[in-house]
Amino acid sequence: MSQINRLGGGQIDRTKTLDFKFDGKSYQGHDGDTLASALLANNVRLMGRSFKYHRPRGVLTAGSEEPNAIMELRDGARQEPNTRATTAELFGGLTAKSQNKMGSLRFDFMAINDRFSNFLTAGFYYKTFMWPAAFWEKVYEPIIRKAAGLGSISFEDDPDDYDRGFLHCDLLIIGAGPSGLAAALTAGRAGAQVILADEDYTMGGRLNSERFSLVDQSGADWAAKTVAELTSLPNVRVMARTTILGAFDHGIYGALERVSDHLAVPEVGKPRQILWRIYSKRSLLCAGATERPIAFENNDRPGIMLAGAMRSYANRWAVTAAHNVAIFTNNDDGHKTAADLHAAGVSIAAVVDIRQDAPLSEEYEVIAGGQVVNSNGRLGLTSIEVSLPDGNTRALPCGALGMSGGWNPNIHLTSHHRGHPVWNEKIAAFCPPDNGPAGLSVAGAALGNFTTAEALASGACQANAILKDLGIKQNKVVLPLAEDAPANMTPFWYVKGCSRAWLDQQNDVTVKDVKLSHQENFISVEHLKRYTTLGMGTDQGKTSNMGGLAIMAELTGKTIPEVGTTIFRPPYTPTAIGAFAGRDRGTDFRPTRKTPSHTWAEEQGAVFVEVGMWLRAQWFPQAGETHWRQSVDREVLATRNSVGICDVTTLGKIDVQGADAATFLNKIYCNGFAKLLVGKTRYGLMLREDGIAMDDGTAARLAEDHFVVTTTTANAVSVFRHMEFARQCLWPDLDVQLISTTEAWAQYAVAGPNARKLLKKVVDPEFDLSNDAFSIYGLRQYHCVRWTKSAFV
Amino acid sequence: MIINHPILGPRDSAEFTYMGDAALLDRPDWQAKDALLQFVDYGYLRDNPAGPHIELWYHEQGDRSFLVVTRDTTTHQISSVKLASDVARGRGRSK
Repeated sequence: MSQINRLGGGQIDRTKTLDFKFDGKSYQGHDGDTLASALLANNVRLMGRSFKYHRPRGVLTAGSEEPNAIMELRDGARQEPNTRATTAELFGGLTAKSQNKMGSLRFDFMAINDRFSNFLTAGFYYKTFMWPAAFWEKVYEPIIRKAAGLGSISFEDDPDDYDRGFLHCDLLIIGAGPSGLAAALTAGRAGAQVILADEDYTMGGRLNSERFSLVDQSGADWAAKTVAELTSLPNVRVMARTTILGAFDHGIYGALERVSDHLAVPEVGKPRQILWRIYSKRSLLCAGATERPIAFENNDRPGIMLAGAMRSYANRWAVTAAHNVAIFTNNDDGHKTAADLHAAGVSIAAVVDIRQDAPLSEEYEVIAGGQVVNSNGRLGLTSIEVSLPDGNTRALPCGALGMSGGWNPNIHLTSHHRGHPVWNEKIAAFCPPDNGPAGLSVAGAALGNFTTAEALASGACQANAILKDLGIKQNKVVLPLAEDAPANMTPFWYVKGCSRAWLDQQNDVTVKDVKLSHQENFISVEHLKRYTTLGMGTDQGKTSNMGGLAIMAELTGKTIPEVGTTIFRPPYTPTAIGAFAGRDRGTDFRPTRKTPSHTWAEEQGAVFVEVGMWLRAQWFPQAGETHWRQSVDREVLATRNSVGICDVTTLGKIDVQGADAATFLNKIYCNGFAKLLVGKTRYGLMLREDGIAMDDGTAARLAEDHFVVTTTTANAVSVFRHMEFARQCLWPDLDVQLISTTEAWAQYAVAGPNARKLLKKVVDPEFDLSNDAFSIYGLRQYHCVRWTKSAFV
Repeated sequence: MIINHPILGPRDSAEFTYMGDAALLDRPDWQAKDALLQFVDYGYLRDNPAGPHIELWYHEQGDRSFLVVTRDTTTHQISSVKLASDVARGRGRSK
């Protein structure tokens, strides 16, 4: 199938054609495409079904905020659910499947839910599945579980490796749009240790999505040139495909680098992803902004998307969702999309602007003071209905509609420490709080500076302020001149009188649901979220939260800042569990400790048990023995009647030295040790402060000021910890030092009536093992061997 | 979190084992008249403040120092780090 929606220009490599499959059907795209842009190029608007009503859905955005176009990628063990087509890089042989359907994507049996939408409103589950109680476990839960969830998993082991890494820097710059690049250039040229991270595979942010130029070059070219310079600087680490997931304490940031997600199979020796822990002295958030949709009746049909995303598709990927496009906007930015698409040869049905004083155009129709009140088209948009200022309604055929309701700064990381965002009336959006994470500054669109010139300037300015704080000589970078037109905007959240107008497309939350939730007295915004599920899911409401808040504000007669926002929490975007596990899987989950006789025991066919990370031989089955008791009984009898050897190296051993060693042991054991003779061993019992037994073992006195304490295998760590506590915190002036020697000594218990006979065979004749020379609880050191004789094992 | 170790400098909190309220330093005198009551408090009762909290961190994956760390439980801001042995001496503990 040809790419009928492909336009001219763009930043894709047309010399490289990539084959891929979606729902079993073959398509072609180009190097540089995302899965979403390649599907749009092939005129595929229908990309999924919605969560609750199974409504047909297409792509809404061109970035990580995408709520709709989430898919299952790849096959077999590498199959991964809930991946956003808007961030998935196209590679040759990629297979993708739509999710959340029963039957085919075009004929989903679960779409019947849409007919029952009057019943499936907010709180439906809470209200419906209450009675009869007995039905819950047997009937309701299995049905709900079957219907719930999005993608599916393979249940096979992930064949790829995931790594963890640690990085340090003076300045971490989060986002490489105009402000991030200007900041990196400023700090990088000044010699600071800089990490520049961006979630995209091509750095530049909106510079790659816009048509304007920076003096004599395109925004994308300037970005590429700047990134090339930064990459050449030894003190700058440029990390594309890297999402900063969260702001943690003391300048520590979590980052996920998708090393091999854009490849069919990772290169040999390379991990699939790396979870980085970045230690920064300072950080600068340049995360840009996210466009807001406008809610109107049936605003969720495939083909209806954000106007800024349409511009990204046209300018960066040379793609349009349709060849006849309408725009619905409350601000000047929406008009840019119309101008760009028109310049690319796309026909503009009309720009519907809610403002009476909307800027007009000579190239296409602008309906000033109009509103889009409904849409038509079963599996994709075919027309919209526009209410005109004179009160009439006009049908407008179009294959795609771009919505622009203004932009929200991406402030998520600034409230990861519970900082409360501050309302900015001018842009009608929340801006970063004053009490964000310590050391984190904000620049560019994330701060509400929406023009390119403002973004560049604020990036450089913030970087210089940080350099000053760090005592690094500041650096004046000459930035290119850029567009500086303020985007005038009149706040407009939803069309009056609409009800099935989607706010949260991923969770199927409509204007009606928010009204119902208010009617049922859910006053707190956090309760609204839980009751309606607004802002949950893989996109965490990046495009939907503001609409819900605006409607709530109106219903309660409050302002939006009075209603407040829910708290943003890490991770910024969904993160695979595998990345958190890293290499700690299977036998690498924790260390395996082996005794000196391990190999021998293995050869004898021993059955092992894991104790305190040690593998300890439990019994040695012999031919004909079918039950463990047979083996154990034989071993016990052999020891009782003759001799038995047990590898007890796993017991904890702590070397206690110092003038006050005896005093110290006296304090930590409930029985006395001060009078223990040199060359003797004594059993000791340790108690907790409340008198409950903590551990027991032996302590052997090697010299006046030298003891060796043994502990049980399982408590070796906690006893040592307890002794250190006692030494440092309770009796800090005792002259005593502790060393764990558990792994320094092999230890064997030799027991049974023939124990002495056996030992005689392995020691030199001059070593006297007679009862007189080697009494009970005696201790002997011979070369590098210590012998104790005890009635305790 | 980063804990500024008085001997070793800034270290990641992952190297440490959290040991709770530094009130553990104040082990009661077992010969006191009300020793039983004091030990009940010592063994079982801890404050759980929202704000500055004086607590013990054990550098188990490092030099095995016990540290007394003053940390705000609402912000994780660390205002002071001292060697526990020094603090214990300051509170009159010796041999």
